[in-house]
Amino acid sequence: MSGFPILSLMLAIPAVAAIACYFVSANGARWIALLATLVDLLLGIWLWAHFDIGGSQWQFVEHHEHLFGVFGWSLGIDGFALMLIMLSVFLMPICIGASWVAIEKRVQEYMAAFLVTELLMIGTFAAQDLFLFYIFFEAGLIPMYLIIGIWGGANRIYASYKFFLYTLLGSVLMLIAMLWMVQFAGTTDIPTLLNTDFPVHAQTWLWLAFFASFAVKMPMWPVHTWLPDAHVQAPTAGSVILAGVLLKLGGYGFLRFSLPMFPEASAQFVWLIFGLSAVAVIYTSLVALVQSDMKKLIAYSSVAHMAIVTIGLFAFNRQGVEGAMIVMLSHGLVSGALFLCVGVIYDRLHTREIARYGGLAINMPRYALLFMLFTMASIGLPGTSGFVGEFLSLTGTYQVSTTITLLCTTGIILGAAYMLYLYRRVVFGDLTKDDVRAMPDLSLREVALLAPIAAVVLWMGVYPESFLAPMRGDVGTLVARVARAAPAGDSLPTPGKHMIPGKHAEAAK
Amino acid sequence: MIASLLMTLPEDVLSIGALILMLVAAWGGQASTRAVSWTAVAVLAGATISLFGAASSGGDAFYGLYHADAFAAFSKVLIYGAAAVSILIAPRFFQRGAGDDLRPEYPVLILLSAVGMGMMVSAGDMLTLYVGLELQSLAAYVLASFMRRDSRSAEAGLKYFVLGALASGILLYGISLVYGFSGTTLFSSIATAYGAGHSLGLTFGLVFVFAGLAFKISAVPFHMWTPDVYEGAPTPVTAFFASAPKVAAMAMAVRVAVEAMGPATDQWRQIVIFASLASIIFGGVAAIAQSNVKRLLAYSSINNVGFALIGLAAGTQLGVAALLYYMTVYIVMTLGSFLVVLQMRGPDGEPVESIASLAGLSRTRPLLAAAMAFFMFSLAGIPPLLGFNAKLAVFNAAMGSGLYLLAVAGFVASVISTYYYLRVIKVMYIDEPAPAFDSERSLVEGGLTVAAAVFVSPIGWLLPLGAWTMVAAKALF
Repeated sequence: MSGFPILSLMLAIPAVAAIACYFVSANGARWIALLATLVDLLLGIWLWAHFDIGGSQWQFVEHHEHLFGVFGWSLGIDGFALMLIMLSVFLMPICIGASWVAIEKRVQEYMAAFLVTELLMIGTFAAQDLFLFYIFFEAGLIPMYLIIGIWGGANRIYASYKFFLYTLLGSVLMLIAMLWMVQFAGTTDIPTLLNTDFPVHAQTWLWLAFFASFAVKMPMWPVHTWLPDAHVQAPTAGSVILAGVLLKLGGYGFLRFSLPMFPEASAQFVWLIFGLSAVAVIYTSLVALVQSDMKKLIAYSSVAHMAIVTIGLFAFNRQGVEGAMIVMLSHGLVSGALFLCVGVIYDRLHTREIARYGGLAINMPRYALLFMLFTMASIGLPGTSGFVGEFLSLTGTYQVSTTITLLCTTGIILGAAYMLYLYRRVVFGDLTKDDVRAMPDLSLREVALLAPIAAVVLWMGVYPESFLAPMRGDVGTLVARVARAAPAGDSLPTPGKHMIPGKHAEAAK
Repeated sequence: MIASLLMTLPEDVLSIGALILMLVAAWGGQASTRAVSWTAVAVLAGATISLFGAASSGGDAFYGLYHADAFAAFSKVLIYGAAAVSILIAPRFFQRGAGDDLRPEYPVLILLSAVGMGMMVSAGDMLTLYVGLELQSLAAYVLASFMRRDSRSAEAGLKYFVLGALASGILLYGISLVYGFSGTTLFSSIATAYGAGHSLGLTFGLVFVFAGLAFKISAVPFHMWTPDVYEGAPTPVTAFFASAPKVAAMAMAVRVAVEAMGPATDQWRQIVIFASLASIIFGGVAAIAQSNVKRLLAYSSINNVGFALIGLAAGTQLGVAALLYYMTVYIVMTLGSFLVVLQMRGPDGEPVESIASLAGLSRTRPLLAAAMAFFMFSLAGIPPLLGFNAKLAVFNAAMGSGLYLLAVAGFVASVISTYYYLRVIKVMYIDEPAPAFDSERSLVEGGLTVAAAVFVSPIGWLLPLGAWTMVAAKALF
């Protein structure tokens, strides 16, 4: 089946389904959306199964150059893209399922918006043309704006504007950098650009322009403020997709563009990334600790987790990059699942106020069990996906900066603090409130949504090799590409004799 | 002589057509409106067909007074198309809204205006340019006050006339300075004079010419007339003003800048950059507080002219191609938006113009709302709609000419304008429904709206528009 445009097909299915949703009843739209996302999931599994590990870097390539004038329709994936596409197609049917009863008004439009979001996310990860990437990347704002704006909470208008304009402002600078790059390199082909050496002085500006976009998407402190608003106001499934996949666009961007295209500039700005990330980990963790709104708490914890991703990426070594990728995948699953857990009880009591709950372990034991698993995964307990990613990422960072690693590791402790505190207040304690006592345990549908995520979280925690193997070759390529600019580390201190850090690595061989 | 007449065939066709139709209108009276309208559209179509011949051969007619090149031909296709749409959408508006039926002079005036616009974009001489401009403007002043019993329409016509006359005066003063210091009105000879060396008189002439041109394209700081005229004029006329004359004035500005004043690029580039950024920023900020859709679209047109001027500021073939691309997409988006505005009719069929009346349109008229959303996102330049590609093209040209700061400032300012386009989307999609519009549909309006929406949708990317604009721009370099 080689040469079959499977990636285009994966894009076409949600597109067709989205249009179809407009012409059917509410229930019909639900089923169409579910079927379309499930078919995409199956195609994603097929993609993974046929991904040739150790084969060529770019697979399932489709090239139609200059189809749209200056740029073309070219798709193709490497290991990173494959994993992130898998994450997207895996979470999508779950999102549709989570909205099955929670969304009552304007179901057709809602399902269409989600399908378009899926299309755009897969497109972003699969695009091999710079402008095509930008189009997918940026177009994602439209359905998300509508999802937050139409089906969101009380303050949804403000949140949707903030989300849209904040992220747009970041992105336009990136577009200018892209225009410059294309004029310099004479091509819009991403694989070619990946091996183009841009002049070092220009790299600084280009890097900053890309940083403006990805830092907002990521989101990094201090440009993270749109995220808590967007998350709190978005409907449950919107939060899942926002945390699960849209936040990964920033990390993916750093990985795909900033690092391999501008290695020197990346090295030059390691201090900035590390500094902001360390602040983010500590500051947002502390902020999360005092939240009284469950969704806000998880939103702030996302910012802290994303900071672990950025330090790993900018460690310039294998452990760091692999760790960052695993944290991204893990966070996508875990925070998505946590938002679903919040959604489950929100659907019953229609409040996200932590203090309104308590003692759920008594009347909702199944819920308590799954919620605990995801809480532990968020903390990074060994055996769950969170541990693998954070450990690798911090190991990688330690080779570059011990201080930053020390600061960021406190995030794990603080993470345990706020997550356990949340869990205790919601699930443990006495069941004093009548309305809480009346809440039924997880329905079969809700179990069906949460159980697959739980299984993958454990799988990734126990046998991460399945997820690391497809990316291994690409990590090698990336690390080799940036090796010439890799910052000298301050770890591996040698007792007794002062040595220049760079030389030490040679001496250790 | 015959060769010259062949090259000016589109104008010949339009002029003769307009004169005959005027006679028909005079004798046929009110009853002939429908026939005259459709014939006028046919005449425009004929003029468009006649472009594929000597009219786009690249030759000079009448001793260089008139250029029949691809650039002019491309602009004329846009102009004629927009003019035809303006004729097609008029009958229903007048029938339902103005309490005053459409009179057959309307299509005739549009045809005469189209002749003037054709002369503007084909001009090879300052006087051809001026005559074309005046012909276009005089027809436009009458069109603006076409609703005789409506005081707003009369006000719009008067305001347009007074300020337009002032602008024409400024332009003419500039032309006279250029003529005085170069001794010629022919573009090619003026270019030689500018190339010969610095002259204060020529620089003054350049400044006045550009001030006059800026008025015609409603670039800041010569934009004041736009919102009032757009609001007051009958909606089909507003749609016309926002499309065809805009393209004509823009193409004319490009031709003057490149052909007549090409050697002085560094001088006019400062003016263009200022006008461009000022238009983008002012058009964005001022639109935020608007509550009338037509005024909003007026500020939006000021804003968009700013973006198109970025292509001119680049001063290269790529820049001119980008400008043409931008104007093409712009007129489709604008005409599309006005088509939606035309379909905003209250229960009695009277036109409604407030943004608030769009509330909840996505539930009362989902397809109309979707089309409007396409136009708004496209005007804001959000991918994957075609408006994004247009913005990309002009900024690409600016980057190619090394105008990095202009590109950065323009792009950042574009976020401001996104806000008010988003507001329209918000009103349509998020707010609770307002009373539904009159549900009577018309095939012409609906069909044109769908066509425009499809054009700005991702399907429009497949058109080889970029290649066509490059060919058109090549004619100037």
